Amino acid sequence: MSIGLEHYIILSAVLFAIGLYGALSKRNAIVILMSIEIMLNAVNIAMVAFSRYIVPALLTGHIFAIFIIVVAAAEATVGLAIIIGIYRNRETIDASQINLMKW
Amino acid sequence: MVLTIAFWALAIVGVLSALGVVLLGNVFRASLSLILCFIAIAGIYITLHADFLAAAQILVYVGAISILILLAIMLTRDVQHGSPSNKLRLPAFIVAILFVGTVTFAVLNTRWQVSSVPPQEPTTSAIAGLLFSVEGFILPVEIAPILLLAAIIGAIVLVREK
Repeated sequence: MSIGLEHYIILSAVLFAIGLYGALSKRNAIVILMSIEIMLNAVNIAMVAFSRYIVPALLTGHIFAIFIIVVAAAEATVGLAIIIGIYRNRETIDASQINLMKW
Repeated sequence: MVLTIAFWALAIVGVLSALGVVLLGNVFRASLSLILCFIAIAGIYITLHADFLAAAQILVYVGAISILILLAIMLTRDVQHGSPSNKLRLPAFIVAILFVGTVTFAVLNTRWQVSSVPPQEPTTSAIAGLLFSVEGFILPVEIAPILLLAAIIGAIVLVREK
């Protein structure tokens, strides 16, 4: 059986679900950030797979994936800076103990 | 045939290493598993004939973001606490399973209009033509560096010593 669009979309969904589970259930803020990176990569796979199988001549999905990579790089930079700043002030990166703004 | 074997090998490595990120107790090992996941996804791009994206994935994710994450793990010295779960573990698992089930059901019951046009082989020049032409994506290309500059300045301000 040859590989088709469905294989890539289901692979993307599985990776997204793994990232979703990690982002919702982990307490270490760095692990949450890594799970978010997995989710962004899963979306990129879906974008490129749709571009390859539905509109192979246009490459629009590739452009979208490039901009997602740009935004993910900015997000990782600011997120890790925030985590380091919080660690410097409160000596912890446990997301359940960072509750200063919790009502 | 080669593409089929490559897809299954890369998909299994990618899913197992992504599971390693969320299941391994040691944060440092989880981040190394994340790097393996990024490399497998770059291979997936190659099986999709996206050569430029595979190179960008290796450069940006494996080269830069992984190093940033490793550096943050070392700077926070919180490794000995591991990567514990909070009390939402079971609901999160159920939500993830429901998500996979819904997407799989939707994908398998949709009639995709798959095009039979062969994919472009070197995509780099075509992507450059799209990115830098006026009828293409020149405005987002101009906005992206502003976003990156703002992120760099924001990160410097956030971690600066008072």
